[in-house]
Amino acid sequence: MSVDSPSHGPAKATMDLHSATVRFAGDSGDGMQLTGMQFTNTSAIFGNDVSTFPDFPAEIRAPAGTVYGVSGFQLHFSSEDIFTPGDELDTLVAMNPAALKMNIAELKKGGILITNLDSFNDQNLKLAGYSHSPLVDGSLDNYRVHSVRMTEATLKAVEELEALRKEEGKEFSLSKKDAARCKNFFALGLVCWLYGRKMDPIVQFINDKFAKKADVRDANLRVLNAGFYYGETAEIFQNNFKVRKAALPPGKYREMRGNEALALGLTVASQLAGKPLFYGSYPITPATDILHELAKHKSFGVRTFQAEDEIAAIASTIGAAFAGTLAATASSGPGVALKGEAMGLAVMLELPLIIINVQRGGPSTGLPTKTEQADLLQAILGRNGECPMVVLAAARPTECFDIAIQAARIAFRSMTPVLVLTDGYLANSTEPWLVPDVSSLDPIEVEHPTEPNGPDGAYLPYKRDEWLARPWALPGTPGLMHRIGGLEKAAETGNVSYDPSNHERMVQMRQAKVDKVAEYLPEQEVFGQEDAETLVIGWGGTYGALREACTMLRAKGHKVSHAHLRCLNPFPRNLGEIIKRHKRVLVPELNGGQLCMLLRAKYLVDAQSITKIKGRPFMVTELYERIEAMMTDKTNGK
Amino acid sequence: MTTATEDRKFTVADFASSQDVRWCPGCGDYSVLAAVKKVLAEEGIPPEQYAFISGIGCSSRFPYYMNTYGMHSIHGRATAVATGFKIVRPDMQTWVITGDGDALSIGGNHTIHTIRRNVDLKILLFNNEIYGLTKGQYSPTSPQGKVTKSTPFGSIDDPLHPLSIALGANASFVARAVDMHPKHLMGVLRRAHHHKGTAFVEIYQNCNIFNDGAFSHAQDRKLRADNVVELVHGEPLVFGAKLDKGVVLDGQNLRVVTIGEDGFTKDDLLVHDEKADLSIHFRMARMRSPEFPDAIGVIRCVERPTYDGMVNAQIENVIAKRGRGDLQELITGRSTWDVAEVDEDE
Ligand code: SF4
Repeated sequence: MSVDSPSHGPAKATMDLHSATVRFAGDSGDGMQLTGMQFTNTSAIFGNDVSTFPDFPAEIRAPAGTVYGVSGFQLHFSSEDIFTPGDELDTLVAMNPAALKMNIAELKKGGILITNLDSFNDQNLKLAGYSHSPLVDGSLDNYRVHSVRMTEATLKAVEELEALRKEEGKEFSLSKKDAARCKNFFALGLVCWLYGRKMDPIVQFINDKFAKKADVRDANLRVLNAGFYYGETAEIFQNNFKVRKAALPPGKYREMRGNEALALGLTVASQLAGKPLFYGSYPITPATDILHELAKHKSFGVRTFQAEDEIAAIASTIGAAFAGTLAATASSGPGVALKGEAMGLAVMLELPLIIINVQRGGPSTGLPTKTEQADLLQAILGRNGECPMVVLAAARPTECFDIAIQAARIAFRSMTPVLVLTDGYLANSTEPWLVPDVSSLDPIEVEHPTEPNGPDGAYLPYKRDEWLARPWALPGTPGLMHRIGGLEKAAETGNVSYDPSNHERMVQMRQAKVDKVAEYLPEQEVFGQEDAETLVIGWGGTYGALREACTMLRAKGHKVSHAHLRCLNPFPRNLGEIIKRHKRVLVPELNGGQLCMLLRAKYLVDAQSITKIKGRPFMVTELYERIEAMMTDKTNGK
Repeated sequence: MTTATEDRKFTVADFASSQDVRWCPGCGDYSVLAAVKKVLAEEGIPPEQYAFISGIGCSSRFPYYMNTYGMHSIHGRATAVATGFKIVRPDMQTWVITGDGDALSIGGNHTIHTIRRNVDLKILLFNNEIYGLTKGQYSPTSPQGKVTKSTPFGSIDDPLHPLSIALGANASFVARAVDMHPKHLMGVLRRAHHHKGTAFVEIYQNCNIFNDGAFSHAQDRKLRADNVVELVHGEPLVFGAKLDKGVVLDGQNLRVVTIGEDGFTKDDLLVHDEKADLSIHFRMARMRSPEFPDAIGVIRCVERPTYDGMVNAQIENVIAKRGRGDLQELITGRSTWDVAEVDEDE
């Protein structure tokens, strides 16, 4: 939070900020995700650039008050282009002691802490592991602490409504417990005041959502307003803040989350190709939302199939690909491991297929709700035999839309399975999305043969075109009946073949086909100047943090550039040449150094790894510091 | 999708691919392959309208020998592959070829779920009670005590009973046939072909290399009559070389009786009803020689909506009610805002 200049409003002072990072934290039953999303909406509608990051507990309903049940929602809003949900918090809203405990470390010094004082009772303190209240022991002296009796204020506001209803001789349906549940709107109202946010979009939301429950609707509205007025009138707040509009390109915007973007991208791809979408999937965190979204797309002919397990999910997808549709499946690391054998079959069959891995912390069940990038080697190498497939990775939540369409294009053009990597962070984070005009998107070309392609009217299912792709005959086409399978096949005829030199030729052919994809994909772009000495190479969801860190480093005069890979197999055709231009290559990743290992192997470059494996995204400042330290290290890590 | 509407006549040769069949000489698979080709040739649907999808095992080579669309997939997954295939191509006649190891061991999960969904697939389970392709280990259907390479002191596993699994999953069509009894087998295949929904057919198949004679009681011309009862809908369960034996329902249990003895007449015998309660089908399916005759023929055939039919009906209903989706509307969503050129002083 950088402060420009204080300007005086009529009642209290308003300070101008470039950007602010706010986190709402509370029990998973406290409605923190909803609160965060509402604040995001109103900020976005106001015209800020916004980036969000929800942080869920793995347990659905852990015991109330415990640290296991803390759910958080962070957002970063700015008058400038931003790429990340922010590092340190300017404001933390902690609805109970457990939420305070789990999040206080990330509040910057001098930052604002707002707590619900009513929840700081002995029982909750004990559940959170505090022997006495942190609010009174001096441990929070570095922050501007505002302890507010939110529950009490909430109940009071609802009681007023109840009294009003009684005056009108009407029933009132909310119990005291129901009333207390409105307190997240108090917090929301208060934070709206703090950042000078108009509440119209929130009012609209409450009106829509509780249209049929007048008491709940009016209670929430009253509590929301009570929170806002509390900020305005209470003595404790000296001033509030203002974050101006960002200079976003003009147009129609919406909030977009990574998983939703993937789902929309798949449906759009299916329409662009004129091929109905089949989506086979088994529920797994954090990929399941894709299934939820696609299951709604029936009016676009989307067929979703919730299979009995991960293997059936991909097997059914292979069947649907053979049958001639756009076929896709998604999972996360453990599920992708189960799909491994079937992915090998898809490589052997040379059918177009999209496999999405929304990565989470591993190994094994690992950290289901946390983010990580540790499945890269699994994606590229994790199958038996020489089994190459195209591997793409989305860099931003909104880019998941484009990557789904690109995956379909590649799958169809090269007749290959395409694996798309995203992660828990991209899946659940949102950013504003300039809604594209669908009529401006290029159609996806798909061809099916209708005539035999071999001598004497034979159909050769493995005869190849310029991209080494085989033809895709639709079942039902007369004269083109053929059999495919997982056994090695003879070039062209596709008949089972155990011939040693044929096997070698086919292995090389499948590899060459994947390598050839680099010829039609765009070249790698580099952010930074020609004469940069250090090249930072990243991939996937770390894009925003890397771009911001490199921007800051360059502002400080460091000669650094940033290349962010969207295609990890094959690598972009000009990557080797880019690497050669730089003296030093740094590879930050949320894993043990997997891309770094691949780059070293492929380009014989002494690339250095920057790793983080905590289930959380990189922070911009930590990247800044680590990259700077390595750039100035004369030993180059030796 | 091409459909041949003109009257085309087909021969067995139209359904035969150019590949040499590579099963061991004398293998029961040959007989099933011949029966399938014959039945399909009679049915008058062109070969391009069929897909044969298999898993792994000796019998799973089957699709290579059929001049139809086909896929030899991976171990245990044929029904899952076929489910995806059939959902998007309900117009295709889709057959699954599988074995006892493929369908009941590694692929057991898919078998159960395919059957309970009632996907319109014809599943032929070649039961030879042995792992043939891996050269002779006991399978989930091998009887207890079976001595094989992996069970030199005899298998201690209680075997799985294929038709019990199918009935337990609420199968709409359950049948059994014997490889060496081609006429009867063809009749069962024809019925399976005409059934709408999962048609689950267990075929007793002799693996003459690793488990010769496992079903000799049902295959051997001399033994067959006394060890097998051919089920016919609406007919009593009569069997025996002299047709003098039958099955009665005695209390809750089935019992074999001799007609004319102990006062039993033909009228006392259990009359087969393909649409009867699952529990009676379960008991009939589990009859096994020597105590009982093995039941062959169609044990159960009831109507249930098919999964692929319902998936596609749901889509048609949504489109009928709401119209085709508008792609621009979909991606725009319901909550948007407009960004104008930024004016500096807001
Ligand atoms: S091993 Fe047995 S089942 Fe396999 S082909 Fe030979 S005889 Fe047939």
